[in-house]
Amino acid sequence: MVASLVGFLGDFDLAEEAAQEAFAIAAERWPERGVPDNPAGWLIATARNRAIDRIRRQRTLEAKTRLLDVPEVTVDEIDDAVIGDERLELIFTCCHPALAMEAQVALTLRALGGLTTEEIARAFILSEETMKRRLSRAKAKIKATGIPFAVPADHLLPDRVDAVLAVIYLIYNEGYSGRIDLAAEAIRLGQLLAELMPDEPEVHGLLALMLIHHARHRARFARSELVLLEEQDRSLWDMKALAKGREALDRAIALYGGGPYVLQAAIASLQAEDEIDWDEVAQLYCRLEALTGSPVVELNRAVAIAQAGELAAALDIVERLDLDDYQYLHSTRAGLLQRLGRGEEARASYERALKLATSEPERRFLQRRIAEL
Amino acid sequence: MKYALLIYSKPGSHEALPEDEYKEVFGEYAALVDDSRCIASGQLQPVETATTVRVQDGRTLTTDGPFADTKEVFGGYYVFEADNLDEAIELAGRIPAARLGGAVEVRPVVEH
Repeated sequence: MVASLVGFLGDFDLAEEAAQEAFAIAAERWPERGVPDNPAGWLIATARNRAIDRIRRQRTLEAKTRLLDVPEVTVDEIDDAVIGDERLELIFTCCHPALAMEAQVALTLRALGGLTTEEIARAFILSEETMKRRLSRAKAKIKATGIPFAVPADHLLPDRVDAVLAVIYLIYNEGYSGRIDLAAEAIRLGQLLAELMPDEPEVHGLLALMLIHHARHRARFARSELVLLEEQDRSLWDMKALAKGREALDRAIALYGGGPYVLQAAIASLQAEDEIDWDEVAQLYCRLEALTGSPVVELNRAVAIAQAGELAAALDIVERLDLDDYQYLHSTRAGLLQRLGRGEEARASYERALKLATSEPERRFLQRRIAEL
Repeated sequence: MKYALLIYSKPGSHEALPEDEYKEVFGEYAALVDDSRCIASGQLQPVETATTVRVQDGRTLTTDGPFADTKEVFGGYYVFEADNLDEAIELAGRIPAARLGGAVEVRPVVEH
């Protein structure tokens, strides 16, 4: 509803205020007079009319007077298409690369996730005041710089879709740290996006990736201790989420998807099999590395190669990587050395990883490994 | 809306081009001036010509050199009439300095 109003009014704050007013009026009238036939349409028409009233009252603002020519809207003119269809425009406005990433995230959660400012502040462990300022600065920039409320032109679309996916994935990855379940919120946003852009393989790829990871998240910790994939209690997995994730992955592949999110989802899906085909996992990491050039992906490929039984080849890859400040390089290297019977070198690597580790469960995990040597 | 496109170029980046490329780049700048959406434009003399002026307690202090000592130097500007920021960003992307190691800052112009 806010999306539709922003589209019509070209102004975030105005749209939000108008929507709130319309709900307040509904709360007052509907119990007395009954719910109208098209409640959503009624709300939007009411909100629009309220907004127009408001603009008339504030006619000092020159830029907004164009709206004065807009005739009053009646409920009959509003159909469902108008209501649902402007959310995509809203996503692209919220995730415009001219806004700071943190502002994109906050705006997306506020405007599309429907989270309150206070909830977003809590999720990022910031004061409500700070979050309020962040949101109003972002809205002011949208207005002042003329960030369009539109789906980008075709030649801009791939980059801009990537920007939207990056925002949603960032929200997902913030997921488990705060008190608000941002991971579930990110999945809802991913589902919305998949509904609005059904032909974009990477959109389905990201949704699949999030769902498959999410399916396993309860098994990742046992009594707040980190549990490795192979030791996870699979009865804790959310099989419904896993099936939905694989469904989204199939859809992405049917659309000839082979981008970074599709590949990561395919890897996650293989890793959720009873018998993991590590050769295939390694091949997928190889394709992912070709796309991203990321040494972290290369490290993961080494892990897959080790799981496929080729420890020495895996260690060769690890030794070549320039990731000295990366905790997982050292813990992976340590694990390989341990399995190759080079205990002393393994200990040194575990200790290096321990120095770099920041989370308590991870530190305890590494300490257990050192004690086992 | 009116947008100012402020061009910060990497010193020497244009002069270092071979002559035919330099001509081509020059043509690209000229083509932007000829675009019907272009309202104003200006190319500045090199940064070595800059003089910075401040007034303190009624006294004018004049110093040699630019105000900000940055790697990229402000070298010129365009003002375009564009529908929205995306259109302005697209125009900014066509300015050769942006791909020759410099950058273009896009700023909406206050309109009264």
